[in-house]
Amino acid sequence: MNKGKILSRSIWVFHFCSGSCNNCDIEILDALTPRFDLERFGIKLVGSIKHADCMLVTGMINKKGATRLKFLYDIAPKPLAVVAIGACACSGGIFEPSYYTYGPVDKIIPVDAYIPGCPARPEALIDGIVKVVKKLST
Amino acid sequence: MILFYYLVFPGFLATFILGGIASWIERKLTARIQARVGPPFLQPFYDIRKLFIKEVTIPENSVRSIFMASPIISFASVSIVATIVGLNLVNPNYSFNGDLIVCVYLLLIPSLCLILGSGAAGNPLSSIGASREMKLVLSYELAFWTCLAVPMIKTNEIRLISLMEFQAQNGAIASSLSGIIAFIITIICMQAKLGKVPFDIPEAETELAGGAYIEYSGPLLGFFKITQYMMLVILPVFLLQIFWGPINSWVSILKYLVLLVVIILLENTNPRLKIKQAVKTLWFGLFPVAVVSIILAVLGL
Repeated sequence: MNKGKILSRSIWVFHFCSGSCNNCDIEILDALTPRFDLERFGIKLVGSIKHADCMLVTGMINKKGATRLKFLYDIAPKPLAVVAIGACACSGGIFEPSYYTYGPVDKIIPVDAYIPGCPARPEALIDGIVKVVKKLST
Repeated sequence: MILFYYLVFPGFLATFILGGIASWIERKLTARIQARVGPPFLQPFYDIRKLFIKEVTIPENSVRSIFMASPIISFASVSIVATIVGLNLVNPNYSFNGDLIVCVYLLLIPSLCLILGSGAAGNPLSSIGASREMKLVLSYELAFWTCLAVPMIKTNEIRLISLMEFQAQNGAIASSLSGIIAFIITIICMQAKLGKVPFDIPEAETELAGGAYIEYSGPLLGFFKITQYMMLVILPVFLLQIFWGPINSWVSILKYLVLLVVIILLENTNPRLKIKQAVKTLWFGLFPVAVVSIILAVLGL
């Protein structure tokens, strides 16, 4: 059995936010509520990057956030999947021409999946995570 | 033979599987209480399997040996308790005088290992977790030991098998007044020992981000998880043997499930206490009541 398949049965997600307007973060929490219930798939929100298998990144990445994002990615135990959530994290969004943007996320660390939307809906989040799972298990 | 007992049947493997099932019941019931669907049946085992293929990261400024050793020691000591408690049910020939006290001491070791390991991790949040765990141990151990004195006084025995024989003849200890008081207090202390919600202060997912466990990853975290699963079986069974015996029929499984549901309901209906409130409740609220139950036991009630 390959590692990805084992990983895909129990994904613990860690949530990183840098310079987001907080809408995507609320949608992430929405996906964990009874209505959508991600625990059905073994997905759990954890508080420490050391426990995580998947990092959800939201927001255009600003100067302070960029170094911390890089640091978190470096200390995380691998294998680790990175998911960029929302228009800002995927492409910079409306902050793209701003002087303080150091993003998007894939400029700093490798990204496995992009979930666009402003904010991304919980359905889109679930779809994105399912795709990450599929990618991991092949 | 001893090695078989330790590793396979009443010891590690059987308790681990039962603990995984208990943990699934806990998560499923929690999900149902919150009107969710809940995880699939094998989820606890998927989690463990995943943790064992992850990378181990060791923080730069940690004390490496203590950091690595403490999860394994806590897991090993819990397996010993599982063997002792389980052998009382399976093969009473192996029981020895004073195993009750040995069990309580060994059940303390996971907490001590957590304090050592998280203190050695070199992370401020983890140190706060360690200090909270230390205060929590100090506060619940007092009430716990005081309550355990009640069955010892009632039976004049410190041997689990004799306690169960006594209860087979005279009815459960929890059916007397002092017994039921002590039993209720030990259930609350058990919640603290398991690190469940009103007393999950050292872990504190929302404020300390995992607290004492914050720096642990991969297999090391896996050993702590296995310890937690096994504790979820051992502690209730241990208390059943002491207070609500005898355990020899299928009814005892029902008794265990009742205790498990009590744990889950306490977990789901309570907010987390502050460490100050926890120490206050356990020392000034529950400890005097426990002393009263000892006095009642001496009077023969």
